[in-house]
Amino acid sequence: MTEINKDPLLSVRNLGVVYETSQGPVHAVTDVSFDVQENEVFGIAGESGCGKSTLIKALLRLLPDNGVATADRCDYRGSALMKMEGEAFRKEILWQEISMVPQSAMASFNPVYRVGDQVVESIQTHRKASRAEALERASELFDVVGLEPGLLKSYPHEFSGGMRQRAMIAMALSLDPGLIIMDEPTTGLDVLVQERILRRIREIRAELKSSIILITHDIAVIAEMSDRIAIMYGGEIMEQASTIELFENPHHPYTLGLKNAFPSITTMGTELISIPGSPPTLIGPVQSCPFAPRCPFDDAACHAANPAATEIAAGHVVRCVNYENSAQFRSLAKEKSTWLS
Amino acid sequence: MVVLELDRLSCHFELTPGFVDRVIKRKPPSYIKAVERLSIAIGEKEILGIAGESGCGKSTTCSMVSGLLDPTEGDIRFRGKSILGLRGDAIKDYRRSVQMIFQDPYESLNPRFRTVDIVAEGPRALELWDANEIEQRSLAMLDAVGLPSGKYAERFPHELSGGERQRVGIASALVMEPEVIIADEPLSMLDVSIRAGILDLLREMQAERGFSSLYVSHDLSILGNVADRLLIMYLGQAMEIGPAEEVIRNPKHPYTRALIGAVPIPDPRSRRAIPNIRGDISKPIDPPPGCRFAPRCPYADASCSNTFIEMETGAGTLHQAACHRLAEIDNAGS
Amino acid sequence: MALREHYRIINSNKLSQFGFWVIILFTLVAIFAPWIAPHDPWEMTYDSNGNFASLRPPSWEFPMGTTHLGYDLFSQLILATRTTLLIGVVSGFISIVIGANVGLIAGYYGGKIDEVLMRITDILYGMPFLPFIIVLIALFGRQLEFIILAIVLIIWRTSARVIRAQAMSIKQRQYIQMAKARGASDLRIIYRHILPNVLPLLLLYAAFNIAWSIITEASASFLGFGDGETVSWGGMLYELWLSGKTRVAWWWFASPSVCIILLVTSLVFVSRAYEEVANPRLRKR
Repeated sequence: MTEINKDPLLSVRNLGVVYETSQGPVHAVTDVSFDVQENEVFGIAGESGCGKSTLIKALLRLLPDNGVATADRCDYRGSALMKMEGEAFRKEILWQEISMVPQSAMASFNPVYRVGDQVVESIQTHRKASRAEALERASELFDVVGLEPGLLKSYPHEFSGGMRQRAMIAMALSLDPGLIIMDEPTTGLDVLVQERILRRIREIRAELKSSIILITHDIAVIAEMSDRIAIMYGGEIMEQASTIELFENPHHPYTLGLKNAFPSITTMGTELISIPGSPPTLIGPVQSCPFAPRCPFDDAACHAANPAATEIAAGHVVRCVNYENSAQFRSLAKEKSTWLS
Repeated sequence: MVVLELDRLSCHFELTPGFVDRVIKRKPPSYIKAVERLSIAIGEKEILGIAGESGCGKSTTCSMVSGLLDPTEGDIRFRGKSILGLRGDAIKDYRRSVQMIFQDPYESLNPRFRTVDIVAEGPRALELWDANEIEQRSLAMLDAVGLPSGKYAERFPHELSGGERQRVGIASALVMEPEVIIADEPLSMLDVSIRAGILDLLREMQAERGFSSLYVSHDLSILGNVADRLLIMYLGQAMEIGPAEEVIRNPKHPYTRALIGAVPIPDPRSRRAIPNIRGDISKPIDPPPGCRFAPRCPYADASCSNTFIEMETGAGTLHQAACHRLAEIDNAGS
Repeated sequence: MALREHYRIINSNKLSQFGFWVIILFTLVAIFAPWIAPHDPWEMTYDSNGNFASLRPPSWEFPMGTTHLGYDLFSQLILATRTTLLIGVVSGFISIVIGANVGLIAGYYGGKIDEVLMRITDILYGMPFLPFIIVLIALFGRQLEFIILAIVLIIWRTSARVIRAQAMSIKQRQYIQMAKARGASDLRIIYRHILPNVLPLLLLYAAFNIAWSIITEASASFLGFGDGETVSWGGMLYELWLSGKTRVAWWWFASPSVCIILLVTSLVFVSRAYEEVANPRLRKR
C-alpha cells in the first residue's frame, strides 16, 4: 500500500486479533492496514460484530487476557506501539498521545466521585500537576467542550447524556493527545444534542489539530465528519478511501449494500433495501471472503480464498476479487431483486 | 373512519418530596408532566409516525395506549368507545385489538420460552382459541414473518440474531389479529443492513392485514420513508402534525425546523442548515403552562410560555404547527 | 431446565462433581440405612471375645468405635444419616416453597402487599432460634414435626428476600411488559413468566436451605433439643457431651462432625455451580 503522506501519525499494517475461547479461536480482526495522517478524521464504519471495538482495544493495548494482537507494523509517530514496555506504554502513550472516548459515557464515570475530581485524577496520573493546576486545566477543557466550569463540582448522575459525553471528550483532551479515538460518540443521543457535539468535535479538531479515529455504524455521521473512511466487515477492512471518493465511486458490494440500507432525509421516496443474512461468527481463520455468504455477486473465487487488498486508485483500497465489475455492480445493487436472490 | 382516538390525553407522575421538604418546609408535590393534552386520531390503514427526542412523551403515550399505564386525564377511544375503566371481557377485546411491538429485541423476549411459545403466549393468555388452533396459528405466523417454523419454532431467544428476535416479536403481536399496531422504535437496536428487511415485513403485513399503525421513533429518516402522517412532540406536547413528506420538506414549527436541520445526511457533498436553538432539553417537571419549547426557541416572545395551542389532529391531512408566531417566523426569512 | 443442563452445571468443576457424589452416597446410605447398619443403635454390644464393648476405638469389628455404653457408632451414624437427611431435605424443601412464593408475590405486587410480607419477614429475622425452639418444645414436646417447623420458620427468610429482589428486577424487564401487553393476568405473569427466570436462584437457595437446615438441626440436637426418639448426628454429639468422655473418645467426636462438614460443604459446592447459572457474570469465558 503506497503511503499518501510520508509521515503518517499512525501506521498500521496487517493487524490481527485472535481471542481464545471455549468455542475455539475467534479471529476478531484480520489483516487490517491503514494510515491516519496528522490533522485528519479517519472514520471506521461497520455494524455489530465487525471487529471495530476489538481494533480499538488492540491499538490501546487494552485487550482482555484471552486476546492476542499481532501486527507487522503498528507505529505511532515512529514508535512501535506493540513492542513498547507495558509501563512505558501506559505512561507515555496512553492518554498522553492516544486517548479515547468510549462508547457509553454513562458507564465510564464512577458515580460516587464528582466529575471534576475524575478529570483531575486523569490529569495527575500522567503529569506532575498540583490540584489547583489540574483544576484549572479541567476548567479550560470544560470550556472547550461547551460545559460550564461550575459543573466540575457535580456528580455524573446530575449530567444529561449529552453533557456526560462532552465531559468524556474533555477527559480525552486533557493531555493534548495527538490522536483521539472516539467509539460511537453520539449513539444513543438525541439528534439535536448529537448535532451540537459533532459540531463541537469539528471545532476542537480545527483548533487543536488532533487527529481523530471516529468509529460508528451511522453512515450519515461518518459521511459528515470524516476525511477518509474504512468500511469493516467480519474483522477485515473491505474498502477504504477518502470520503468523497467512497461515496462517488464505491466498489465493494458491502459498501453498496450499506448505502442502500441507509435512509436519508433528503431522499424519502426511495426504497430501502436490506442485506439478507447475518454477520459471520469469526471462529477459525478467515478462509474465504467474509461477505461472500451474503453477497449477491459472489462466485467460486470468493469462497475459495480470502481476497487480498488491492489498491485500485491512489488511496482507494478494495478487498474484492471482482472489483473490476464494480460499475456493473453499482447499477445492479440499486435493484431490490438483486439482493433478494 | 377513525380507529383509535386520543382525546386531550395527559399523564402526570407525582414526585413526592422528601420528608423534610414535605412536612417542615411544606413544599407541594412536583409533577412530571410527561404527556400534556395530546389529541390524535388514527384512521383505517393509516401509519401515524410520532417523532421526538428523549423525554418528549412518545414512549409514555405508547404505554398508555397499550393499556400498560393509566392516563391522568383525557380519554382513549377505540372505534368510538372509551377504553378507560374497562374490565373483564371488554378489556380483553381491546388488548387483542391493539398490540405493541417493542424496541429492544434482546430484552423483549422471555429467555426461558421457546419461540413458538412466545408467539402463542398472547392467544393463550387471552384464551382466544383452543390449544391446537393456537399452536397452528403460531406456527403459521412464524412462517409469515420469514422464520420457517420447522427450523425456528423450538429455538430459544439466545439462539436467534437481533433481526430474527424482532421478527418473533412482530409475530407475537400479529398472531392476535390486531387492528392497531403500536411500534415503539422497532428498528433502533438492529443493525443498519437488516432494518430495511424488518420495515419491509411491517409494510407487507400491513398491506395484507390492513391494520393501522402508530410508529414511534426518533429517526426522522425512517419516518419519512414509512409514515403517512407525522406528529412531532416535545416535552409532552404536540408541536406539529401533517403528511410525513410535507412536514419533513416544509417544516413550520421552529422545533421541527431545528430537528430536521440537525439530521446528518449520508452524503459528504450536501450541506444542511445548522439549527440555532439554545440550551439543553430538560425534564418536564412543573413546566410553564404554555409552549414548552419557548425557553429554547429563537423566535419566542413573552406570550409564548403562557399560550398553549391545541392543534386539530383529526384524520384529515392538514399540516399544522402549534405556534402562534408562524407569520413572524416566515417574515424573519429563516 | 433440561436434565442435560443440570448435568452440565454439576460437572462444570471438580468441586461440584465431588460434592454431587458425596450427596448421592449419603442419600443411598439414608435410604438403605436399616439394611446396612449391623447393629441396633442402642444395643449394648459385645465384641468377639464376649467382652462388653465399651469405649472401643475404631477397629474391624466396630469401624467407628463404640460409646461408653457399648453402642456401635457405625450403626448410629448410618441411621442418623437418615434422620438428618430427612429433616434437612423436608425443612429445606418446605422453606424454599414458602420463601419463593413470598418473594415472588412481594416482589411482583410491591406496595402494601410487599410491605406486609416484608414486615413479617423482618419480625422473623429478629426472632432468636434457640428460645423459639425451647418454647415450642416446652409447649408441645420433643417431636420431629416441631423441629421441622421451627427450622422452616427460621430458614425461609433469606430465600424470600433474595427471590423478592430478583422478582422486582425481572418485573421491570421488557419481556414482562410484553406479556402484560399481550393480556396475561398477574398470576400468569408471576408463575409462568417470572418463575422460570428465578429458577436458577431458587435451586441455589434450595441447596443452601437444605445445608442450613442440617446445621440447624445438628445444633439443636447437640444442645439437647433434638428428637429423643431417633438418633441424629447432632444427637450423637449431645450424647458424647453428656457422657463426659469428650476428651477421651476422639472417634465418637470425629465421625458425626466429619459427616456434618462433608455433607454441608458438598451442598455448598454443588450450589456454587448453580450460582454460576444464576449469576452469569461468574461464568468463565
